Amino acid sequence: MSAVQMVLVILVSLVAGMASVCDERQFHRPLVACALMGLVLGDLSTGVALGGSLELIALGWMNVGAAMAPDAALASTIASVVVISTHQSVGTGIAIAVPLAAAGQVLTIFVRSIAVFFQHQADKFAEQANFRGIEIMHFSALLLQGLRVAIPTAVVAAVSGTSVLNDALNAIPKVVTGGLQVAGGFIVVVGYAMVINMMQAKSLMPFFFLGFVIATFSNYNLVGLGIMGACLAIIYVQLNPIYHNAIQMPQPAAAVAAGGSELDDDLDDELN
Amino acid sequence: MSTTTTTAAVTEANPASHEGGLTRRDYISTYFRSSFMLGSFNFERFQAIGVAVSLMPTIKRFYHTKHDQAEALKRHLEFFNTTPWIASPIYGVVAAMEEERSKGGEIEDSDITNVKIGLMGPLAGVGDPVFWGTVRPVLAALGASLALAHSILGPLLFFFGINIIRIATRWYGFKFGYQRGTSIVSNLGGGQLKRLTAIASVLGLFVMGSLVSKWTTIKFPLIIASYHAAGGKLVTTTLQSVLDQLLPGMAALLLTFLCMWLLKKKINAIWIIFGMFVIGILGYWSGFLGL
Repeated sequence: MSAVQMVLVILVSLVAGMASVCDERQFHRPLVACALMGLVLGDLSTGVALGGSLELIALGWMNVGAAMAPDAALASTIASVVVISTHQSVGTGIAIAVPLAAAGQVLTIFVRSIAVFFQHQADKFAEQANFRGIEIMHFSALLLQGLRVAIPTAVVAAVSGTSVLNDALNAIPKVVTGGLQVAGGFIVVVGYAMVINMMQAKSLMPFFFLGFVIATFSNYNLVGLGIMGACLAIIYVQLNPIYHNAIQMPQPAAAVAAGGSELDDDLDDELN
Repeated sequence: MSTTTTTAAVTEANPASHEGGLTRRDYISTYFRSSFMLGSFNFERFQAIGVAVSLMPTIKRFYHTKHDQAEALKRHLEFFNTTPWIASPIYGVVAAMEEERSKGGEIEDSDITNVKIGLMGPLAGVGDPVFWGTVRPVLAALGASLALAHSILGPLLFFFGINIIRIATRWYGFKFGYQRGTSIVSNLGGGQLKRLTAIASVLGLFVMGSLVSKWTTIKFPLIIASYHAAGGKLVTTTLQSVLDQLLPGMAALLLTFLCMWLLKKKINAIWIIFGMFVIGILGYWSGFLGL
């Protein structure tokens, strides 16, 4: 790995680390982070494929409320470095990514705890109406989140040229790597379960089963299934009266229909 | 919450035209600042510093003495937590209220805080299912399906797709909140947001269901019976083929429900994943599970 590549690897992982706390531009998602790593390391194709595989696993990982998700950023950057620089399989990438996601989660919890100190400093700056001071506190905490990913990635990138990493990977027994690949086929459901739980919509579960059954017994690709899902969603809302407060439930229909002449009579009475 | 009185105060002041209000530069500055709002997320007051930093253009525009600015900054360093992108409409409402207050409107500090706190819960109830439950997983699944075939279009589709939605939410959300002021509080219970959330939830659940079937691989290669057919051909029946006759993908479906149950029991996702790794290794070693 050249010096330029090393700098770029650190830069990409710094951006991924900062994105992972912000959750804005999505540079921390495996799909993006692994592709960028692949670009930097000169093997875009492998990076993209690894990103796709890891994205499936991380699909439902999200920070909701105070709950921290496993960290996709650290998992993506280090897995990319390892897979591309030591020519390992994508399966190995998945195997090492998951422990890294756990480590990343611990690190981000650590930094988010340190950030309490920045919060208290910001309070002091607020007393003095010191805008700049608060900004510095804010972006320092952000930088720490970036370094949390950049430093471990840089360490792995530094040893990736030596035989240390290769020896370590080769020392893993076949039954473990094979088993991890088998597990990689079904850990994806953890993400799906997180999404379903977050929705908290028991009454909408029939749509989940519908999606399952249609995908199982048809050859529609994801775009087709997505369009079908969107149509079902719109039809459901259009037909469901609870989403139409403005529209009054029909008045007792008989009264209205039969009431025509009576209404005229009333009107006549009043006119008279 | 004393939103009813403040609603009247802001709407009466013709919220559509803010004379001497925020400028286009303030809008742009607020947008950029808000796009880093979670940077200093901490376990004491969550997104607090990010809120203060995002609202700095507003505070500088409407308050000119050190004392007033300090008060406003302190006000916005209080606990705050919502779906990040959906915070922008809240900033807009807060900006409208701060403007009103700076012009001598009858708005107490506590009114601003109450509206802010009052909005973050209901809006997160929309933002979480829409953005984290539907927009991101659906785009990510599409992107990943392309990326698995080594196509660079996958990451590009995901990245640009989600960012266009994010930028639009933040930019127009802030404008909308600022122009409507506290009147959006009364709209919250209204139909539009509920419908949007329902549409997103149905689409999200439908796609999750199809992904459970399409992208989960659990194979049981265990041979439970084999015999030589008439032509001498070896016919084997695996556990997998028996299960497939019942319902293909049934194991994945059951595993999903197990995960949902475990997550509801507050078990950290990472432990569930490690548990699955152990099952994967044991299954592969024993030949019960295969690739």
